[in-house]
Amino acid sequence: MDIRRPPPRSSSGGVEPRFRQVGFVTSAEPGPAAASPPASDGLSPVMIPPPLIHDHLPAPAPELESLMPSSPPPASSSRLDAGSDLGDDDDDVDVSWARPRPPPPALPEPNKRDLTETKSEGHPTSVPQKPKLSKAERRAIQEAQRAAKAAAKEAGSKSTAKASDVNTKISKQPKAGKAALKKDVTQVNPPAASDKKTDERLPDKDRKKDVPQPRMQFDDVHRVVKAKKRSVVNQSEARNRVELFRHLPQYAHGTQLPELESKFFQPDLMHPSVYKVGLQYLSDDISGGNARCIAMLLAFREAINDYSTPAEKILSRDLTAKISSYVSFLIECRPLSISMGNAIRFLKNRITKLPLALSESEAKASLQSDIDRFINEKIIVAGKVIVSHAVTKIRDDDVLLTYGSPSVVEMIFDHAHELGKKFRVVVVDSRPNLEGQGLLRRLVAKGISCTYTHINAVSYIMHEVTRVFLGASSVLSNGTVYSRVGTSSVAMVAHAFGVPVLMCCEAYKFHERVQLDSICFNELGDPDAISRVPGGESLSHLKNWAENENLHILNLKYDITPADYVSMLITDYGMLPPTSVPVIVREYRREHVWI
Amino acid sequence: MDFQVVVLAGGTSETLSPLVSKDVPKALLPVANRPLLSYALDLLEASDLKDLIVVVEGQEAARLVGAWVSSAYLDRLCVEVLAVSEDLGSAGALRAISKRLTANDILVISGDLVTDVLPGAVAATHRRNGAAVTALLCSVPVSGPSETASSSGKDKAKKPNRLNIVGLDKTKQFLLHIVSGTDVEKDVRVHKRKIQAVGQMEIRSDLMDAHLYAFKRTILQDVLEQKEAYRSIRLEVLPYLVRSQLRSAPSGGHGTTVGETGNSAVLSSGNLQCLSQHHVITPSAFKQDALSRSHGGHRCCAYIATKSKYCHRLNSIQSYCDINRDVIGEASHLSGYSFSAQNNIIHPSSVLGSKTTIGPHCILAEGSQLGDKCSVKRSVIGRHCRISSNVKIVNSVVMNHVVIEDGCHIQGSVVCNNVQLQERSVLKDCQIGAGYIVTAGSEHKAESLARK
Repeated sequence: MDIRRPPPRSSSGGVEPRFRQVGFVTSAEPGPAAASPPASDGLSPVMIPPPLIHDHLPAPAPELESLMPSSPPPASSSRLDAGSDLGDDDDDVDVSWARPRPPPPALPEPNKRDLTETKSEGHPTSVPQKPKLSKAERRAIQEAQRAAKAAAKEAGSKSTAKASDVNTKISKQPKAGKAALKKDVTQVNPPAASDKKTDERLPDKDRKKDVPQPRMQFDDVHRVVKAKKRSVVNQSEARNRVELFRHLPQYAHGTQLPELESKFFQPDLMHPSVYKVGLQYLSDDISGGNARCIAMLLAFREAINDYSTPAEKILSRDLTAKISSYVSFLIECRPLSISMGNAIRFLKNRITKLPLALSESEAKASLQSDIDRFINEKIIVAGKVIVSHAVTKIRDDDVLLTYGSPSVVEMIFDHAHELGKKFRVVVVDSRPNLEGQGLLRRLVAKGISCTYTHINAVSYIMHEVTRVFLGASSVLSNGTVYSRVGTSSVAMVAHAFGVPVLMCCEAYKFHERVQLDSICFNELGDPDAISRVPGGESLSHLKNWAENENLHILNLKYDITPADYVSMLITDYGMLPPTSVPVIVREYRREHVWI
Repeated sequence: MDFQVVVLAGGTSETLSPLVSKDVPKALLPVANRPLLSYALDLLEASDLKDLIVVVEGQEAARLVGAWVSSAYLDRLCVEVLAVSEDLGSAGALRAISKRLTANDILVISGDLVTDVLPGAVAATHRRNGAAVTALLCSVPVSGPSETASSSGKDKAKKPNRLNIVGLDKTKQFLLHIVSGTDVEKDVRVHKRKIQAVGQMEIRSDLMDAHLYAFKRTILQDVLEQKEAYRSIRLEVLPYLVRSQLRSAPSGGHGTTVGETGNSAVLSSGNLQCLSQHHVITPSAFKQDALSRSHGGHRCCAYIATKSKYCHRLNSIQSYCDINRDVIGEASHLSGYSFSAQNNIIHPSSVLGSKTTIGPHCILAEGSQLGDKCSVKRSVIGRHCRISSNVKIVNSVVMNHVVIEDGCHIQGSVVCNNVQLQERSVLKDCQIGAGYIVTAGSEHKAESLARK
């Protein structure tokens, strides 16, 4: 808990973004790592020439508004005070994700905290700001105050002692501050304050329209209870969760599948194909960004095929709702990957943009062809293009290292081998999934000479490596690569050894989000997977770990690799430095996804 | 979910001969005073499966079953009772009604299955793996724990007949080898090709085929059509599918057809073609790529019920006794009754004489009368029985309208409807057919008595 506390006041005006490095940092790297956070943060906004952005801003903005009812000006202004430090050119884009996240000191937070805390202590500090505030901003502040108040009240009433007294409440403030903070941070967007429902209903509705649903924060008890009520999959949460990652969902493994199975025949539950994909996610039958995305899209395609508009409903509206319900079901099975989020946005956008004059069958056909096109262009052809680019970087007698089993990298190796290049592959793997073994088997079967090792030995094997090819789950707009946990270690070791790191990632996986650590957004796997050690009873020391309160097991699924460790990004738009991601995101969005 | 359910209710089974007669087909055999079929139907109803096809062998039996179903499940289920001619076997019965099957997947459940394994679990496994057939396997039930030595000994003696050899892959999802019951020899032969394709196979003999299957309709219909001689699903159709799943397309005439149909039928697998380029198929089991794709065949999966689930088939007299005992004993949640504090059910309309004791795990149905100094242990007594004094009933099933006179001892026996036991008769491990009259003072041991 203490880790969270430090940042707030000292930062002058809170403009300085705080950067917390998670995982290893090679000390050899003097530059941007931990020492001077702004530099690496500056990557995205600074590299883009400001005039260009301002040219662009007006252009996509109206479009955005009409397309996605979720990134609108009022909300952005409400968030402005918090997000302004991100660079003003960025915030239009940022709004959709730069909502507050509770525990880690991500950069928007300090101000937020300042703001709400000063508010709750009384007005004086905020008075000088007043003239500057717009109407929306004022409303936002009011909201925050109200939420803080409600939270404080709740915190006060919980501690049974002198809850009713106003004075004691104020004196308690610092103590209850943490709770209040956590609460209002999540509440500011869609306030869930239970006792103030009546007068908050209206702004609440407004907001819901404006701001995209923030990601569930699973340490917020109220919202978890609420979410449970509407969920299809009845999940019981795992015990002994790691403190720092409480905001992420983690369920006791193996409890979901039987639940879901028992509901298999319930009528109108889900389209069978969606259901099947959900089951496959749940049981890890399908894993890997591309595969999951394709499976989901194909399931939606089938669902659309079987869809018929109910009487007195409009196809675009009803189908969007249907798709949303499918998506929330899939999220319950396993959190979406960023690439899937992009694909869903694409599909929903296509649905809303269907011309009204279209008949139902035409609309369905057009949507299906859209899905096919997306799969084909954005995933399959993109993969081929990446392969053709990447192959040029493989020379004879190269030693190539990869980590895990990225599908694109495998295709690269295959293709290079077909071209007759002579190279050797080092497959680095890690527990618990050991996906590398599959890759290894297939490569060896094709006659490529391979070395297999676990990530523990990566620093030893790195001496002989000439290139590192890695896959990515997503690339964020500050050039950060979000990928399988362990990727960043490999990249950092390679960086320290001066080995070029080539990240292979289809452009549909890019996201405009900026992420500075792997805490805020991540996925927790089954803790049993790492506590279970193959090799007999004598090694299973952690058998009943769930009963030990002092033991927390963390099975993180993703990590982020800072852009500094990535030499080059190989995408379907060519080979780029990681700093060019924002450009791609911008162009790509406008030209392709948001047609 | 695009599933169709077929309940194979059987007809008048030979193996249960004195218990089952023309008047009481197997489906209506009372288990804890409820017809056997009701266990399967209740299970399906609990899983929201309301449209069922019940297949009964024989017109007369079908009429009886139909009458019962329509009265008992009037508003709850939409049941279609179909009669097929007798002696077709399970596969034959399916063949006879195969024209009525339209859904993508067919859930075939035997009417004599008493279980609390959810059919949804089997169906979900089937869907998840895109299998041609998914079979429910459960551990071979052991005779109850606190049994008298004699009956459990007998039980064990009977078990080897129903032995199954099951080969599973490493992940315990795929069925690679199955040899059942009668054709188990001393050694098990496994094709080298299978081992090559799969790498590792786990052979188990502690699993039993519970006769609950999810079939892909097209594949099922093809097999039924081509293999007209096949009579049993468990003994012939399933082993055939398991055998042919690894058969590469060009080898052997029938292998080809199945392979092809498997391919053309599974539309989704065609759709997923691009998926397979990305190696979607489970990371853990990349070897199954070989299983699923390169041979163009189908996959046979298994759902293995956990040990805590109850799963038992009523296909012999011994199992009839076992199930009766379990349903009122350890698996009492299946019976649908609420047990009293003494762990038994005594209908309020029944009359007990003085010093008569009814032990735990007993059911005494409505209108039955017991005289003085009777003792009933772990037994089921049906409706309107008249039992005089000094009667001992242990581990037995007494059906409806049975008259038992003074001083009878009944142990480990099944006494059918309208039987009359005259004074001081002693029955041990016997089956008494309906309407039989056991003469006074006679002693029977391990006999099967029926009216000529």
